[in-house]
Amino acid sequence: MKKILTTPISDGDIANIKTGDIIYLSGVVGTARDDGHRRVVEGNRLPAFDLKGAAVMHVGPIVAGDSEHGYEIIAAGPTTSRRMEVYEKEFIQKTGVKLIIGKGGMGQKTADACKTYKALHCVFPGGCAVTAAAAVEKVLGVEWEDFGMPEAFWILQVKEFGPLIVSIDTRGDNLFAHNNAVFQERKDAAIAEIIKHVDFSHR
Amino acid sequence: MSHAFVKRVSFWACEESKTISPNSQKRIKKLKNSSPDQPRQKLSDAIYRLIYDSSINLPTDVYSALKELEKNETSALAKELYGSIFDNVKRAKEMNRPICQDTGALQFFIKAGTKFPYLDDVEDAIKAAVRRATKEIPIRPNVVETFEERNTGDNIGTRAPWMEWEIVPASSDLTVGVYMAGGGCSLAGRSKVLMPLEGYAGVVKFVFDTIVEWGVNACPPLIVGIGIGTCAPTAAALSKKALLRPLGTSNPNPKARDMEERIKKGLNDIGIGPLGMSGNSSVTGVNIEYAAHHPATIAVGLSVGCWATRRGSVTLDRNVDVKGEK
Repeated sequence: MKKILTTPISDGDIANIKTGDIIYLSGVVGTARDDGHRRVVEGNRLPAFDLKGAAVMHVGPIVAGDSEHGYEIIAAGPTTSRRMEVYEKEFIQKTGVKLIIGKGGMGQKTADACKTYKALHCVFPGGCAVTAAAAVEKVLGVEWEDFGMPEAFWILQVKEFGPLIVSIDTRGDNLFAHNNAVFQERKDAAIAEIIKHVDFSHR
Repeated sequence: MSHAFVKRVSFWACEESKTISPNSQKRIKKLKNSSPDQPRQKLSDAIYRLIYDSSINLPTDVYSALKELEKNETSALAKELYGSIFDNVKRAKEMNRPICQDTGALQFFIKAGTKFPYLDDVEDAIKAAVRRATKEIPIRPNVVETFEERNTGDNIGTRAPWMEWEIVPASSDLTVGVYMAGGGCSLAGRSKVLMPLEGYAGVVKFVFDTIVEWGVNACPPLIVGIGIGTCAPTAAALSKKALLRPLGTSNPNPKARDMEERIKKGLNDIGIGPLGMSGNSSVTGVNIEYAAHHPATIAVGLSVGCWATRRGSVTLDRNVDVKGEK
């Protein structure tokens, strides 16, 4: 059975969700990338729309339409979460988001924040932008348009948005950190094997 | 009024002058007989069509390579992710929408036949096609003017879209290639000049370190393009050339081919999996392109393509009719 979270999300809703679980989201998602994170943390500003208990997604959507006729999300796959590592902890603290959605993993600082403030980082399959857009029911609004389309703060209403693979849980467990340790070990073995065969020098 | 159009009007203004060569006079006559903007419009339309197709459909070699990896996948999560990938590819096709929201800061690769009659118009035609694509497909405005740090909104900026020109002597054809690289896979790009005693082992280590560190974020399974040469920019340029070489092709040099196969196997043994979530593979292909290098250096460049590597090309004849598409 699909595990569906609905915003506003409480600490209790996500306490038992673990890394590797697949969940879906219904409710409100705000979009923020590099510029949005910097404005919240360095600029000390918050969007007018309250993100407490909601989700933030690292995404720069393609949006059709305008404020007069309404907006339509054309494509909205996730962007690389790692770019936001420097600001995510403070972003979670200041906005009160409970779910961070992106692609690829995040670091120790974000994992600590997920533990302290009770939040999850989840991966939406990268590049699956049309599937993501199909789960957006409505654009509730947009702020910070001065950043341009990809970096603006879009407020989206989504239905059963996913799959979201939990990569950091509320205990601070980090799936990508585990995977990386395994990849590093296999990498050393692969390099050792290949370099036996690529010495083209003359002795 | 565009720059090229101004040039053409001024060209006509001195039509009667004896300084114009017979060939140019013939060209002017031909242009005057047809509608002057018709070939230019055809050129721009063909490039728009190229951007349209490339943003919506995966190249067939990339699609087949992903299908092959899906078939051999055993991890339940990885299988689910391949399911998401192919579901998205299908939806994009059905709805005529870009596969991925990150349609890249567009890069064009132009093979210009010296006898193609409209070379002066190519740059403007590309820009017109890019503006139209940004509005009509739509693709994402992805060009941020450097130093201003403002999105230009139409995918045009200083040296953007990026254009690389190659002259083809004695040809009357024009081939325009497009590559739509997202930020995620571009982030993994690297170039480094090694000392010769680090050798090809150094090249291998550089590739593996970079892919394991950055590949997980670059939307694997990846296409890995490796360039080997003298300095950072040549190695980087060759790595891009390698990345754009179709999957399933090998470098004709047996030593380079052997290295391609060994690096591919090694990266797949790491099992980065689709979207970096672990699986039975990491890459759809590894291509190497090289140039002879200086005795005191061996440089390596790395360009990485995501699972949704979007590239294509169109070849036009001297009448700006489409000869072939890839």
